[in-house]
Amino acid sequence: MLTDLEIKEIEHAIKLVPHKKAASVEALKVVQEHRRWVSDESLREVAKLLDMSPEELDSVATFYNMIFRREVGKHVILVCDSISCWVMGYENLRDQLFSRLGIKYGETTSDGRFTILPNCCLGTCDCAPALMIDHDLYRNVTGEQLEGILKRYE
Amino acid sequence: MVTIYIDNTPYQVKPGKNLLETCLTLGFDLPYFCWHPALGSVGACRQCAIKMYRDADDKSGRLVMSCMEPVSNNQRISIADKTAVDFREGVIEWLMTNHPHDCAVCDEGGACHLQDMTVMTGHTYRRFKFKKRTHVNQDLGPFINHEMNRCIQCYRCVRFYKDYAGGEDLDVFASKSNVYFGRSEPGTLESEFSGNLSEVCPTGVFTDKTLKQHYTRKWDLTMAPSICQHCSLGCNIIAGERYGDLRMIANRYHGEVNGYFICDRGRFGYEFVNAPARVRQTTQLGQPVDEDKAITQISELLKNSKVIGIGSPRASLESNYALKKLVGETNFHKGVSRQEQALMELAVSILNTGPVRALSMKEVEKADAVFILGEDLTNTSPMLALAIRQSVRQQPLHEVNALAVPEWNDAAAREIIQQKKGPLFVATVAETKLDSMATKTFRAAPQDISRLGFAVANLIDPSAPQVSNLHEDERAMSELIAKSLLASERPVIISGTSCQSDSVLKAAANVATALQKRNKNTGIVLTFPESNSVGLALMGGNPLEEAFQKVKSGNTDTVIILENDLYRHSQTTLVDEFLTKCKTVVVVDHSQQATSAKAQWLIPAGTFAEADGTIVNNEGRAQRYFQVYEKMNVKESWRWLTNLGATAGITPMQSWKNIDHITKALAQEEEVFRGIERVSLTSDYRMQDGQRVPRAPHRYSGRTAMLANVTVSEPKPPEDPDSGMSFTMEGTRAMPPSSMIPFFWSPGWNSVQSVNKYQEEVGAALRGGDPGIRLFEASATQSHYFNEVPEKFIAVDSKLWIVPLHHIYGSEELSAKSASVAKRVPLPYLMLNAEDAAKLGLKEGDAIEVAVGGDQLRLPVKVSASLSMGVAGLPAGLPTLSFVELPAWGLVKR
Amino acid sequence: MERPLTEHIRKDGRPLTLKEYEAVGGYQALRKILKMSPKEVQTLVKDSNLRGRGGAGFSTGLKWSFVPLDAPKPKYLITNADEMEPGTFKDRILLECTPHQLIEGMIIAAYAIQADISYVYLRWAYKTAAQAILNAIAEANAAGYLGKNIFGSGYDLEMHLHTGVGRYMCGEETALLNSLEGKRATPRAKPPFPQVSGLFGRPTIVNNVETLCCLPHIINNGAEWFKKLSLTGDAGTKIYGVSGKVKKPGAWELPMGITLRELIEEHAGGMQDGLKFRGALPGGASTDFLVEQHLDVKMDYTSVAAAGSRLGTGTVVVMDDKTCPVGFVENLEHFFAQESCGFCTPCREGLPWVEKILSAIDSGSGTMEDIQLLEHHTKFLGPGNTFCAFAPGAMEPLQSALKYFRNDFEQHIKEKRCPMEHR
Ligand SMILES: Cc1cc2nc3c(=O)[nH]c(=O)nc-3n(C[C@H](O)[C@H](O)[C@H](O)COP(=O)(O)O)c2cc1C
Ligand code: SF4
Ligand code: FES
Repeated sequence: MLTDLEIKEIEHAIKLVPHKKAASVEALKVVQEHRRWVSDESLREVAKLLDMSPEELDSVATFYNMIFRREVGKHVILVCDSISCWVMGYENLRDQLFSRLGIKYGETTSDGRFTILPNCCLGTCDCAPALMIDHDLYRNVTGEQLEGILKRYE
Repeated sequence: MVTIYIDNTPYQVKPGKNLLETCLTLGFDLPYFCWHPALGSVGACRQCAIKMYRDADDKSGRLVMSCMEPVSNNQRISIADKTAVDFREGVIEWLMTNHPHDCAVCDEGGACHLQDMTVMTGHTYRRFKFKKRTHVNQDLGPFINHEMNRCIQCYRCVRFYKDYAGGEDLDVFASKSNVYFGRSEPGTLESEFSGNLSEVCPTGVFTDKTLKQHYTRKWDLTMAPSICQHCSLGCNIIAGERYGDLRMIANRYHGEVNGYFICDRGRFGYEFVNAPARVRQTTQLGQPVDEDKAITQISELLKNSKVIGIGSPRASLESNYALKKLVGETNFHKGVSRQEQALMELAVSILNTGPVRALSMKEVEKADAVFILGEDLTNTSPMLALAIRQSVRQQPLHEVNALAVPEWNDAAAREIIQQKKGPLFVATVAETKLDSMATKTFRAAPQDISRLGFAVANLIDPSAPQVSNLHEDERAMSELIAKSLLASERPVIISGTSCQSDSVLKAAANVATALQKRNKNTGIVLTFPESNSVGLALMGGNPLEEAFQKVKSGNTDTVIILENDLYRHSQTTLVDEFLTKCKTVVVVDHSQQATSAKAQWLIPAGTFAEADGTIVNNEGRAQRYFQVYEKMNVKESWRWLTNLGATAGITPMQSWKNIDHITKALAQEEEVFRGIERVSLTSDYRMQDGQRVPRAPHRYSGRTAMLANVTVSEPKPPEDPDSGMSFTMEGTRAMPPSSMIPFFWSPGWNSVQSVNKYQEEVGAALRGGDPGIRLFEASATQSHYFNEVPEKFIAVDSKLWIVPLHHIYGSEELSAKSASVAKRVPLPYLMLNAEDAAKLGLKEGDAIEVAVGGDQLRLPVKVSASLSMGVAGLPAGLPTLSFVELPAWGLVKR
Repeated sequence: MERPLTEHIRKDGRPLTLKEYEAVGGYQALRKILKMSPKEVQTLVKDSNLRGRGGAGFSTGLKWSFVPLDAPKPKYLITNADEMEPGTFKDRILLECTPHQLIEGMIIAAYAIQADISYVYLRWAYKTAAQAILNAIAEANAAGYLGKNIFGSGYDLEMHLHTGVGRYMCGEETALLNSLEGKRATPRAKPPFPQVSGLFGRPTIVNNVETLCCLPHIINNGAEWFKKLSLTGDAGTKIYGVSGKVKKPGAWELPMGITLRELIEEHAGGMQDGLKFRGALPGGASTDFLVEQHLDVKMDYTSVAAAGSRLGTGTVVVMDDKTCPVGFVENLEHFFAQESCGFCTPCREGLPWVEKILSAIDSGSGTMEDIQLLEHHTKFLGPGNTFCAFAPGAMEPLQSALKYFRNDFEQHIKEKRCPMEHR
């Protein structure tokens, strides 16, 4: 069940656009802000608020990389895998993350704390390699720093 | 006309079209996928690439997608250019990187657009050496099978299902090379038009699940041009048989009637033909008898007793006419209640003698303002609802035209149109699926729908009768409707018989008449209860009640009932009494039903698949359906009746040897049927080389082996006395006349896409003109108004005004007997207004008891927000509900 | 050397507040244009020779002139701040540090086309920028720079921030429109061009962040001044960036037309010790490689095009001699294959194939025929063959790599392994 707050935020988003469907991306973001991901149930409820069928909304939701239709961990680690980070050797960082957390891309640690996802260019190529955890951007990340960074999300 | 140069040869072509359809019209084999003649262009597949040159001096040119380029004068293009040829092959190569090589087990194999295009482009060798992506399939319900791995991402499915047909539960998910077409979770596809996916999808992703259950390669079917029997619109279909079973119904293109599509009732309703409850043998009191003996004995009755006949709105003109001849004009009954008969005749007279033209569905698509009175079209006449979905685009298309964007540029047009819709007003008893498209909806009892219509007519033309004490809402509504209709260029008024109200029909007629005075382009469409209601209405004859009376009063002892279950047209007790009182009941029908169960004589009639016949659709278009195959013991009803008449020595009938003789007699005898013998070609028609039109494609296989388990010698194929078609692959391979197209095929085009080759130009009439003839046209001289404005509906305490509600699956008799359709027939219910339900202390699902028409019904309640207070809805025609004449007051038992 | 776009950026990177921006002359241009006619603004910008900084380099003034000025409202102005092109990080600086400059530029552009609604379409990952822009919009509204009847001119403009949900295609302007409409970000057919039928079917202009940020300065200082900022025919300054194994990766506002050599050797401090320059993408992932022979190419639209590439976003990704060119393009094509929207066949099916071939070559299982297949794709995914410019862009680094680094491809195939240290 969507919370009153979520519904309020979605209704606000609807007010800003010429017709309800146009608020679909905003509405999905609202749910994800509150729940980290969009479950089938949430999707159906949002669809109802927008006068859309679940299909129509899911068609939009599954198109975008940053709408999570499967449950993610408490913190999502996005590893930039684009060209500048590749040149700067992000792969070591990635492999270190994998072994430190015991998971691979798309997986969540058994304690539900972290999910690692690949991500394209984070727009900080002069400070490669880069990571983003939740809303925090980390630049020029070295293997040594990893432990300290992950600690912040314990 | 403008000149374009294709590979340096000049051609005169129509401006405004795109190059792809132009090339196809000119007969070029240019491959394509995402374009569809009814859906327009989106430029997604890149299959239709050609070279385009700036001018005669430009030697290099550039690749363009022919579906996205408008024709312009002096344009120079090349189809044969090497780069274009290579690129087109390359597109197939890309598609093939993921397409499974499962043609051998694919339902589409051999009739597959993708296969055709693969061969056409010459792609042969595989260079992709990696793994293919795979998908999980979904169970999409009883009609459609899903095999996503075969998808080539042309987007036609969603464009048809969503954009064209307004379906909401099919979409495209994910992105990149992982896009997925399906539902958000497995489940029955809800659209009434889902079956078209099997023809719209160029490969084997969406296929006909009913065909799959008795699968046959499509080229192994014996096929005939036919007409759908499941509502009054008369969509053109192809029916295919193998091993004595009807196996598939497909669309048969008709430029005016159904275009490229049919509805699911029409596509999947056919299984009644194969149902166990078929009448397959002449019986007397349930015991098989020799048919000659039966004919002799029954014809004796004709000579020696008082015989009446009961015809049927679902039987052909020929059969009804034969019955009428057999028993005589005064003894012929239409087989429907007095009320239904009056409605049919009123509706026909509005079309036949009124001033407003009855429109074809193609014309409805082009209408730019629509007012529907009383009809839930999606459930009564589904394809008309589909036409209306296109009509609401007409007004917004002006904006598209203003930006000089061609209408066929579909995605662009839709982006310009956005959510805008042209005027559509839906005045019905309960909610309909078209409501979401409507400018305004109006919910009321039939009386008040009629009053709204009368008020609109009066606003348009003050000389039309006035409506007193209109409610303020109704006045505002009628003003809005009148204004919108007057402002449009091609308005259409739609009504029909389904809410069983003559005053609704009259109101519709008045609106149309009033509008016609101001705008000559006004059209009207009325729908009827059954496939040949119009034909029957034109035929003369008495209502069922009179037949009952004749037996009651002892004036009759034998009744011949033609393809009719009387229990669907009258109350059980009355029919029981009638059938009991009658000394001899002869039923000629193809399916067992309640009436046939009480017959002394039961004669096995052919269904549309085993018979030839003519029926008249709601537009007044007489159309011929052809027998698909011969079935032992089964004959056309008219053939049985003719045999009876001939044996009994009834004069004209002795000379009737085939269908031509009957249609000719009918045409000569009755003014309105003049010309009916020309609906198709006569039985002696032969193709230019003197041969027949083959019902089986020349690829048909296994003919000599298919009966080898019975006999090793191949039996002589039956000869068709009624048409110029053979029942085999023998005959001329050339294109048959438009009314006799048993299947679409053209060299290199094994899929239904070959239909392009049969049209004068893509999307227009079939070559030689679309088949069928219209029996009546409006007569502008006879303009008059109906004056009987009904009284306002007033709710009555403890009573409910019960009106019929129609269901696409269940309300129509024959389709409901089809196994796949039966899965979708709803359970009976009584629909109540939320407040009425609350007053009665009832909620959704609770049982309610009502006494109506002498019956005591106990039904679960369905609560509706939109039904008017005091009105209740009862599903019409469900197999599990007995007949009640509606609308009627129902007394609620507390 | 003038650096109009960045000179007032604070050392600590915090955004200029409204007050701070006003103190350095902010919103003067806005006051000025309100007294001009929209056509005059358009002409001035056309005369300035400003070319779109989003990558295609189309004349901004000319683009505006296609909007029917008398069309009824709503009309839209949209800032394309989706910046997702790998190797590109120039708009981020402007968004984070001088949001008011962007807003002023947007108001000028909106006024020039008489738009009444404007959006900043911002990439989701730019969280800091999002906050900066939200604050700035609020400040501008409060100060009367936005809203109804701006400074009594009778001109109204509302402005909204929309943050995306991650998809490179959203940067393509018609896909961006679909995305803003709450749909899948697939591109639209042109015609109709967004200028006549864009967002919600209304006339719309989409401009890049950097393009818009130039506007206040052009208005304040004139077209001639703007042209003179440049060393070449393409006007203005440009925010250039360099990433890869150089000593001082970064971004700098420099006169348009500075050479690639200066950029790498002076501003980026040259290659890291022990490494040599092997090649570079001059303006993001979808541009052709430039190699040593091109180091003196002037980094403007015309000159880079003449050298067989595109200026693109002007953010250079440098490839050194220890980095494997096959791996390099494989990384790029992986990105493109992943980000393809899935609408048209060549892009959807061709890119994953290309990626798989590159990966095979890189891992030593490639064949010589594979090179032909790659070449086949660079031709068949070229401009006009696919629905939008995405796939042709994806082919640019590949086709040039096949040209300049062919030996590396062949060596991989012959040795059945990657001969480089890095991968
Ligand atoms: C695949 C693709 C991605 C693009 N991404 C961006 C982008 O992130 N930012 C941008 O400003 N322009 C991007 N563009 C260019 C835009 O389509 C458009 O040309 C530009 O925003 C126009 O602004 P300008 O005229 O100011 O350059 C992209 C184009 C393509 C084909
Ligand atoms: S399922 Fe069929 S119609 Fe739909 S995209 Fe795939 S191939 Fe096209
Ligand atoms: S048919 Fe032309 S691009 Fe698909």
